[in-house]
Amino acid sequence: MLSPTTAQLVRESGAIPKAEYLLEVENVRKAFPGVIALDDVSFRLKRGHVHALMGENGAGKSTLMKIISGIYTPDSGSFRLKGQEIRLHSPLDALRYGIAMIHQELNLMAFMTVAENIWIRREPLNGFGLVRHGEMRRRTQELFDRLDIHLDPDAEVRDLSVANRQMVEIAKAVSYDSDILIMDEPTSALTDREVDHLFKIIRTLKDQGKGIVYITHKMNELFEIADEVSVFRDGKFVGERAASEVTRDDIIKMMVGREITQMFPKMTVPIGDVILSVKGLTLAGRFHDISFDLRKGEILGLAGLVGSGRSNVAETLFGVTPATAGTIAIDGKPIVIKNPATAMDAGMAFLTEDRKETGCFLLLDITDNMQVALLRNSHVTAGFVNEGEIEKLCLEQKDVLRVRTPNLHEPILNLSGGNQQKVLIARWLMTHPRILILDEPTRGIDVGAKAEIHRLISELAGKGVAVIMISSEMPEVLGMSDRVLVMHEGRMTGIVDRKDATQVTIMEFASQ
Amino acid sequence: MATANVSTDAPSETPRGARRRLPPELSILGVMIGMMLLFEVLGWIFVGQSFIANPLRLKIMILQEAVIGIIAVGVTQVIIMGGIDLSSGSLVGMTAMIAASFAQRADYTHAIYPGLTGLNPLIPVFFGLFCGLLAGMINGSLIAYTKIPPFIATLGMMVSARGVADWYTDGQPIGNLSDSYAAIGAGWWPVIIFLVVAGLFHIALRYTRYGKFTYAIGANPLAARVSGINVERHIVMVYTIAGLLAGLAGVVTTARAITGQAGMGVGFELDAIAGAVIGGTSLAGGVGRMTGTVIGTVILGILTSGFTFLNVDAHYQEIIKGAVIIAAVITDQYRLRKRRSA
Repeated sequence: MLSPTTAQLVRESGAIPKAEYLLEVENVRKAFPGVIALDDVSFRLKRGHVHALMGENGAGKSTLMKIISGIYTPDSGSFRLKGQEIRLHSPLDALRYGIAMIHQELNLMAFMTVAENIWIRREPLNGFGLVRHGEMRRRTQELFDRLDIHLDPDAEVRDLSVANRQMVEIAKAVSYDSDILIMDEPTSALTDREVDHLFKIIRTLKDQGKGIVYITHKMNELFEIADEVSVFRDGKFVGERAASEVTRDDIIKMMVGREITQMFPKMTVPIGDVILSVKGLTLAGRFHDISFDLRKGEILGLAGLVGSGRSNVAETLFGVTPATAGTIAIDGKPIVIKNPATAMDAGMAFLTEDRKETGCFLLLDITDNMQVALLRNSHVTAGFVNEGEIEKLCLEQKDVLRVRTPNLHEPILNLSGGNQQKVLIARWLMTHPRILILDEPTRGIDVGAKAEIHRLISELAGKGVAVIMISSEMPEVLGMSDRVLVMHEGRMTGIVDRKDATQVTIMEFASQ
Repeated sequence: MATANVSTDAPSETPRGARRRLPPELSILGVMIGMMLLFEVLGWIFVGQSFIANPLRLKIMILQEAVIGIIAVGVTQVIIMGGIDLSSGSLVGMTAMIAASFAQRADYTHAIYPGLTGLNPLIPVFFGLFCGLLAGMINGSLIAYTKIPPFIATLGMMVSARGVADWYTDGQPIGNLSDSYAAIGAGWWPVIIFLVVAGLFHIALRYTRYGKFTYAIGANPLAARVSGINVERHIVMVYTIAGLLAGLAGVVTTARAITGQAGMGVGFELDAIAGAVIGGTSLAGGVGRMTGTVIGTVILGILTSGFTFLNVDAHYQEIIKGAVIIAAVITDQYRLRKRRSA
């Protein structure tokens, strides 16, 4: 087995081993509690090639990259670096082996200079152990010249634009003399001109014999920059193709070509009058000009890739981030939703995307978690909570939703993800909403609980509740929705009726 | 609010059967009793007398801690909400001066406000409470609406309020307080006031919407906001109450000492925080109980009183007190980590 230190020495000596493949990953498997994120996946990266990874959200691309860059340890599988077996234990190991990852969310220190950020942990030192800033600046400039980046090494990172920070990240990765660079959606925050510059840098790196793994959702980038493309779906490797030999349709088919194995109990319910009418809704910098009508008993799916602004729309509808333009009308009456309280008064409820961040009060018990939204304007007499009534309501919800817990005073932390989600749903059902916004209602929960939540959503719709459901899981969107609103990069690209909605039509709208 | 028995198992679909959980206060109470017994034993060994069987000593101890306890009641709520209040000690000094200035004897000729002597004691009490409330409201508004960290906002208030206390009489103490005012701090009154206030806010935290929202904001401010809680307004309310209680502590302090001094309450804010933390309130927010704070405050008192009883040098006392506070926080961190990983 090749040790990280040897690998580093070899690289620094300038020797170029002859192996055709820089990196070969075989039969990698990684399971998280309740979900197999990667199942028997293999992947090879050629010298001097750009290898694109594509797949829907949750297909396993990011997990694979986190394994390759040493952040996760796989349950099984083997790695070969230039033909030699290696094992990764930490991101530092990966760096020593010459594998550098450029993260989607940037990891720079805002109050330090560009040069300090690049050479952190490897600062050139003088005899007294003090940092030689001049030398560091010179090396940075050299690196920038090589990559044709025009930035001042002494600038503080917080003063840089997102695009320039991206450039610093790339320069930092290159500064490790890495052979393998992993870029996770590097263009998501860049303008076209900046993308061109990035591609120029990528081509330079290619010519130097480096291998680049390029995760993207954008078809056009794939054809412009990639040599190969590997497609993933549901944690499995679907296939590898040469970018010159595939079409856009091939890729979409590979990405979505799965049977809908689970049937969602979608009931046909009478669709009533328009309850929510949204026109030209805009949140500057996030999404623009979203318009739709939502009727009683209707389930409107909100589809699109992560970052397309789906969740932002939901947050704005609920007043978490009030809109900067556009109108919202409920029952035909215009309403200004400036905070969640106004939305709740108008009969709305909002199950947030991130259970841990914005949903659960992890340290509190189940009752405390359930009652909090209700207490805002009922079941309180002279400031005192009517514990008896609340307890009864919570028990009722626990039974209806089949929350598996010995009692209601268990900390919510001790419940599984699915049961936590049910508690959060109960929180909102207790307020008897007329409009229910669900952001990823079944993310990260097991199949059984998923089906129960789907049944519940259908039943609610049957009672005339209007539902907006955001989901990254295509079968869920298709199975549950009466109509699907598709977004791409903050814009609405289409509304598809249930009878016309297929994975392919939606993916087309979502990636155009 | 269980702490002791939260298992570190991965969450399963059917959680383990509900084990009976002992309230966490019991373990703190155990520490308190253990500490008293320890001093009892050490007392017989080193000074040849009983620590516990000396009602006078216990009375002095509890009276000393009562004022800190009153502040701690407010500080506990602030900490449960995920904040911190460094200003309470200085607010004691400031409100002590203001209250004392309106409480001077009618026959005293060199009064601060010569026309306002011999007033009904309710008037100085009102001014003391009101100034504390106002300062707390400023704390809360700064934190809620300018989004500066609570540490900074209350640190600023700590410095400024002490400044007000010094400026008020140019550092001169205010003496000759009326008997009716002094009665507020006489005998067991400080302790009674402390326990009544603690009891009231114990009920408020456990049974009212105010309490539920305080815990919710401390446990997860984002989720609290999405659940429709007016987080900003609640923050202002909790800091205002903390300020009001600091004002009450200022009034009690002057009444007990029958004088107002600008240096009153120096360092009390840290003792109050320590009392809350020793009592199981988590600095990370969302966790804590008033009963724990009462016991925590008493523990601090036992430490001081016990070391004095053993003739331990005051400097050593401080050193050991610091170590106890750190031990309490380490325990808190450990408890939290155990839960988070569960």
